[in-house]
Amino acid sequence: MDDGLILSLAAATFRYPGAARDAVTDVSLDVRDGECVALLGPNGSGKTTLLRLALGLVRPGHGAATILGRAAVEWSRRELARLVGVVPQREETSFPMRVRDAVLLGRYARLSPWSGERPADRAAVDRALAQCDATDLADRWLTTLSGGEFQRVRLARALAQEPRALVLDEPTASLDLRHEMALFERVRALVDRERLAAVVITHQVNLAARFADRVLLLADGHAVGQGTPTQVLTRETIERVFRWPVAIEPFDGRPQMIPLRQPLS
Amino acid sequence: MKWLALAGLALAALALAVVLGPAHVPLTELFTSPIVRDLRVPRALLAFLVGGALATAGASLQALVRNPLADPYLLGLSGGAGLGAVAAIALHAVGPWALPLAAFAGALGAMGLVYRLGLVGGAELDPRVLILAGVAVGAFAAAVTTALVSLSDASELRNAFLWLWGGLSGASWDTVRVMAIYAPLPLAVLYGAARSLDLLALGDEPARHLGADVARVKRRVYVAASLLTAAAVAVSGVIGFVGLIVPHVMRTLWGHRHRTLLPASFLGGGALLALADTLARTAVAPRELPVGIVTALVGVPVFTLLLRRWTTA
Repeated sequence: MDDGLILSLAAATFRYPGAARDAVTDVSLDVRDGECVALLGPNGSGKTTLLRLALGLVRPGHGAATILGRAAVEWSRRELARLVGVVPQREETSFPMRVRDAVLLGRYARLSPWSGERPADRAAVDRALAQCDATDLADRWLTTLSGGEFQRVRLARALAQEPRALVLDEPTASLDLRHEMALFERVRALVDRERLAAVVITHQVNLAARFADRVLLLADGHAVGQGTPTQVLTRETIERVFRWPVAIEPFDGRPQMIPLRQPLS
Repeated sequence: MKWLALAGLALAALALAVVLGPAHVPLTELFTSPIVRDLRVPRALLAFLVGGALATAGASLQALVRNPLADPYLLGLSGGAGLGAVAAIALHAVGPWALPLAAFAGALGAMGLVYRLGLVGGAELDPRVLILAGVAVGAFAAAVTTALVSLSDASELRNAFLWLWGGLSGASWDTVRVMAIYAPLPLAVLYGAARSLDLLALGDEPARHLGADVARVKRRVYVAASLLTAAAVAVSGVIGFVGLIVPHVMRTLWGHRHRTLLPASFLGGGALLALADTLARTAVAPRELPVGIVTALVGVPVFTLLLRRWTTA
């Protein structure tokens, strides 16, 4: 078996019950230790469904989804939470909670229901907060955080799980330039220094090209391209998938996309 | 420090409930008086157990349906229990346990129905469907209850209405014993699910990502909280606001961590109901107010304050 291989999809296909067409068709994807993979694609192209397949939340109709070589749906949520930390796109915030307690939720899968938090749990929380530059936020209420601070706390919660892989679903959707860049830099640093695997769903084609080792471009549930940013992010492919004219310029050895003006007729 | 204050409050509430009452018992005779031994002590203990059970169930259900304004009766249990009790009265059922058992059976019936309806979307309880099903089942039970009440004799009516507003006058060492044996199991189940409830507040999928078996947690919490509420309703009728207000106040003091929130709610709910029942017994002595009226008179103003805080926060 491939040692560094963590998440793997092999020709996986999935259709939601009652849907007219597949949400994901025949997609393969391998994610290994120490690499960052970006999932790109228009709204509704199947990015989030692909993650749900990879994480065993839904069962592929055809093909296979495996985690460390075992079928993804066979993993208990508890086992998986010790391996993969997820920063979901959305979550509810109907109850007040302090930042430290929110990050401590990341320890759930490592605690028995009856025991209290151990020193190791507190240490993991402190470390995760420090890794996300959120130590100063520890005693704040979640509701008082800015968008950028909130994302840092959610990343810290995922890191408190002490995972081998991180999955982030549109982590910078509402962040300004500085916070967006800082988040990508932080994820990249975790991949390089801690050898974590990272899967990032994003709409930021240019940031995916700059930070990811590989990109998977989805359109209507199909993998339109997979490989290095230079291989996948060509003008023809992007124009076809996003249906908008663009120019591609190299920068730092990576392709960068510039959308062109096209007045609506 | 906060725990010390809460424990002190609970003890003080119990002490007051034992010392105060319509009949004057001198402090020197406190330990020998049969009124204290056979009436006040079991009644104080029952009030404490029922209040604690309601507040714990309320805190758990609020996390389950992800709505801080939920109370233990939201899911139709009070309607079911009321129907059971009124049916027992209308059928002239006799014996000290006829009414509690009928109420308990009614609550369990409502619980089963709501649970079944909550599963319509698939194998997993959907909180929104649960709330709708609870309201629907409650309304249906209330309609049948009113039909029964309107067809029965006047003297029975008064009994039924008094019961529907809650009261602990049926307290005895036997009811205390039943509650004390029955309640620990569902309470333990809820406490064991405390961390899972923390996660549930984030939403189903985020909770799963953090390691919670969401479908199982929901089933357990729903069943345990409902069984707790059903027993409370059976021995004391419908006592409102304890299960709503107490978790709220505790949450502002301790935050949203159920490992502290649930025990704190139990103590706070117990203290509140013991105090409310003391007031219900003494305020208009020698007559007695239904304790549900006292909790409502105290609870509604507190609730409006909470609503203001919620909407301005």
